[in-house]
Amino acid sequence: MSAGSTLPTAAPPVPASGVAASLRHVRYVLAENPVTAGAFALFGVFLVLALFGPWIAPFDPLATSPDKVLQPPSATHWFGTDQLGRDILSRVIVATGLDFGMAFAAVLLSFGLGCALGSCAGYYGGWIDRMVSRLADTIMAFPLFVLAMAIVAALGNSVENIIYATAIINLPFYIRVARAEVNVRRNAGFVEAARLSGNSEARILAFHLFPNILPPVMVQISLNIGWAILNAAGLSFIGLGVRPPQPEWGIMVAEGASYMISGEWWVSFFPGLVLMLAVFCFNLLGDGLRDMIDPRRRT
Amino acid sequence: MLRLIGRRLLAAIPNVIGIVVVTFILTRALPGDPAAFYAGPAATQEAVEQVRAKLGLDQPLWKQFVDYVGDLARGDLGLSISTGQQVLDEILRRLPASLELTLLGLVVACAIALPLGILASTRPGSWIDHACRLVTTLGVSLPIFFTGLLLAYVFYYLLGIAPPPVGRLDSMYSPPPHFTGFYLVDSLVAGDVGLFLAAGKQMILPVLTLAIFVLAPIARMTRAAMLGVLSSDFVRTARASGLSSSTVLYRYAFRNAMLPVVTTMGMVFSFMLGSNVVIEKVFAWPGIGSFAVDALVQSDYAPVQGFVLVMAMLFVAINLMIDILYTAIDPRVSIDD
Amino acid sequence: MDHPVPLLSVESLGVEFRTRSGTVHALEEISFSVGKGETIGVVGESGSGKSVLFYAVLGILDPAGRITGGRAVFGGLDLVRASPSELEAIRGREAAMIFQNPRVALNPIRKVGHQIEDVLARHTSTPSAALRQRAIEALASVRIPDPERRYDAYPFELSGGLCQRIMIAIALACSPSLLVADEPTTGLDVTTQAAVMDLISELAHKRKMATVLITHDLGLAAEHCDRIVVMHAGHVVETAPTADLFAHPRHPYTARLIATTPHGTSDLRSLAAIPGYLPDLRRGDLPACRFSERCDRFEAACTERPLARLDAGQPHSVACRRPL
Repeated sequence: MSAGSTLPTAAPPVPASGVAASLRHVRYVLAENPVTAGAFALFGVFLVLALFGPWIAPFDPLATSPDKVLQPPSATHWFGTDQLGRDILSRVIVATGLDFGMAFAAVLLSFGLGCALGSCAGYYGGWIDRMVSRLADTIMAFPLFVLAMAIVAALGNSVENIIYATAIINLPFYIRVARAEVNVRRNAGFVEAARLSGNSEARILAFHLFPNILPPVMVQISLNIGWAILNAAGLSFIGLGVRPPQPEWGIMVAEGASYMISGEWWVSFFPGLVLMLAVFCFNLLGDGLRDMIDPRRRT
Repeated sequence: MLRLIGRRLLAAIPNVIGIVVVTFILTRALPGDPAAFYAGPAATQEAVEQVRAKLGLDQPLWKQFVDYVGDLARGDLGLSISTGQQVLDEILRRLPASLELTLLGLVVACAIALPLGILASTRPGSWIDHACRLVTTLGVSLPIFFTGLLLAYVFYYLLGIAPPPVGRLDSMYSPPPHFTGFYLVDSLVAGDVGLFLAAGKQMILPVLTLAIFVLAPIARMTRAAMLGVLSSDFVRTARASGLSSSTVLYRYAFRNAMLPVVTTMGMVFSFMLGSNVVIEKVFAWPGIGSFAVDALVQSDYAPVQGFVLVMAMLFVAINLMIDILYTAIDPRVSIDD
Repeated sequence: MDHPVPLLSVESLGVEFRTRSGTVHALEEISFSVGKGETIGVVGESGSGKSVLFYAVLGILDPAGRITGGRAVFGGLDLVRASPSELEAIRGREAAMIFQNPRVALNPIRKVGHQIEDVLARHTSTPSAALRQRAIEALASVRIPDPERRYDAYPFELSGGLCQRIMIAIALACSPSLLVADEPTTGLDVTTQAAVMDLISELAHKRKMATVLITHDLGLAAEHCDRIVVMHAGHVVETAPTADLFAHPRHPYTARLIATTPHGTSDLRSLAAIPGYLPDLRRGDLPACRFSERCDRFEAACTERPLARLDAGQPHSVACRRPL
């Protein structure tokens, strides 16, 4: 018996209304946890860069200038210039859209498909469940990055295929979360009630069970986006997907790799740093979101 | 115990089948017409048809699958176009380089992550706990190719401590006689300490890069598992019987906390095998990952397929070993299952 | 009753817990004593702090807990001021403790025989070759059938009753002079409860070992204890010899407890007859008497400090301004 958990506590104040209360809860959690608040702010900055990058960038990210090759960071070129004299800051800014776009699209795909498959598996059970679980197990039987590589290699070297590959390797996580959440609720009271009042099975699944799996899946999403960015950038780094003149963080790091050991650190450093910040931001957001949704699972 | 291992082996079979099916599908999904690809750009229509027949691509799909499985059973992963070598031979020759890197990375990661997780769990809220939190969140956020380059820049270019990132050995050394394929082991077997040190020096940066990446999940899991175990009833009993704090911490708490840590090792290995590809590219490491990447760039697909298959089989074997290790630690499994 | 030097003497002990939602004043001004070979019961609702009291005395409070003051003298040593290593040397050798839910209170992946050996190796100079034999003897002493075979068992292979016997064997392996039994029958089948209690009583009697029985079951305490300490919300409200307590309860809380325990057998957790709840111990404005808000003999002075103590040091003492 520990005093903290078993001592009776005073009744908590009754929440005023659902939305207002949860807003207040979010504000409370953010105030309690400045790191999460900081991550939210950083996310906002990245979002602006992703949406309006081309207008914000000080230079044309594709414009080469042979007379300004490999210049270190300066007042004009904050992040320096690369081997073709392109402004690295502009390239990093414009790349945000592509990197975020790939990650979001991939996660959205695996979210939609994974939740649909997982919910059906959890709800109907039987052979559907066996098929879906086998699919998830088979994907998980591969080292995931290696599988993504193989998929891009097989489907062809393009940005869309990077998105598909990233979506496929993330699929099992969504399938498992959705399956587990639906499975524990398939015979819950409110589901029985919905069934008795004449709802079709598909309707119950879509309108009564699906909303319940959203909170845990949201946490999964925010943790996953960071990972999806890393994954897409990693694939570009080894030369898959994105084609050279196009600015993308992974490929920019790859282009600067050989300069790193001859002293021109900035070519790789800034895209790598921003990539890291973006992933870090999403990981912090994921942790914060988990605290908000389920404070008990804090680790 | 033997029966249990047998049962685990049986349970791995569906995964192996799944892997074979998936790699087969990926083989057939090659961009464009494989026959035209193998025949070369200057080939006539007839030549392409000839290649198609030779590759068995004119057969029905099920027949192609049977042939594919037959080839795999004979260890035939096809020829690499760029080197003209059997893919399997090349992979087997390069595998020790990758394994040496991976295993050493894992050892280093565990050597840092386990104590860090334990210390963080025994002093919640202390600076070491916060440090552990920071390291675990930062660690999973680092793009591994970026860490590698950064380490190379700092320790090779700036400080001049580390050797240049040019593979397993500096060009002034020649590799030790082949015994295990692990240079660290083979150089010792050959009694060549200088070579051992040279090989070790080359390994420092890539191993460190890999370790930084995977120590995060291990430390995180260790901390969480230790926190759970330390507040459990049986640890209280152990403390109430006056067992010394080191006995309580290691013999009672840590061994139990290892159970969930061991189960996450599968995920850790998935990360490690994947990041090998990237690390080998950064450090010009002649392992199977760089073999696959080089082949990819040259549109030489047989090595890529072979690499994926070997990696997946390796991963299945690792998961099998993790299962067996778990069974060895936890007496409850053998009965329940 | 004469008053020789007691085995354990607790004076004015206080404990608080730092939590996210404020400081919990878990124990305040706790005083009582346990004589050599005596069996006392510590009785109270869950949350009254009776387990925490002995965690504090034995130095196994969890990190959030802190002793704020007082003394706990055991065999001439003040346990509150003792170093962690002094406490470790006493725990399991001089003073041992057993817990509820025995199946989860033993290390799940260590053979029970080895768990007994751990304690023997720690506190005695038994040569390692003889450890196994001593462990088997310890198993036999708590009347575990076929001890040689049970030595190799894991807790999950044994019933709750057997696990509790093993925990008793661990606790008594070094023949301590004090055994604290924290709800030892909770989590056991009804049929094995009596057997476990009888075993504890018998071993305590045979070894002239003082025993503290922590329980929420007043009937159980009445059956086995010489004296009873009644706790409420982190205070000791009344201490008396068992017969005296039942015949003449002086604290209103004790009186209520006895009144709602018709034949001394009912379980305090099922009580609905005492109005109100334990007060929130995180409050800054706790009244001196923490029962005052539930008490029908309440008067304004009850909330004023210091907490009233009548006949402190006497066999029957009570903490109340308006005792019965």
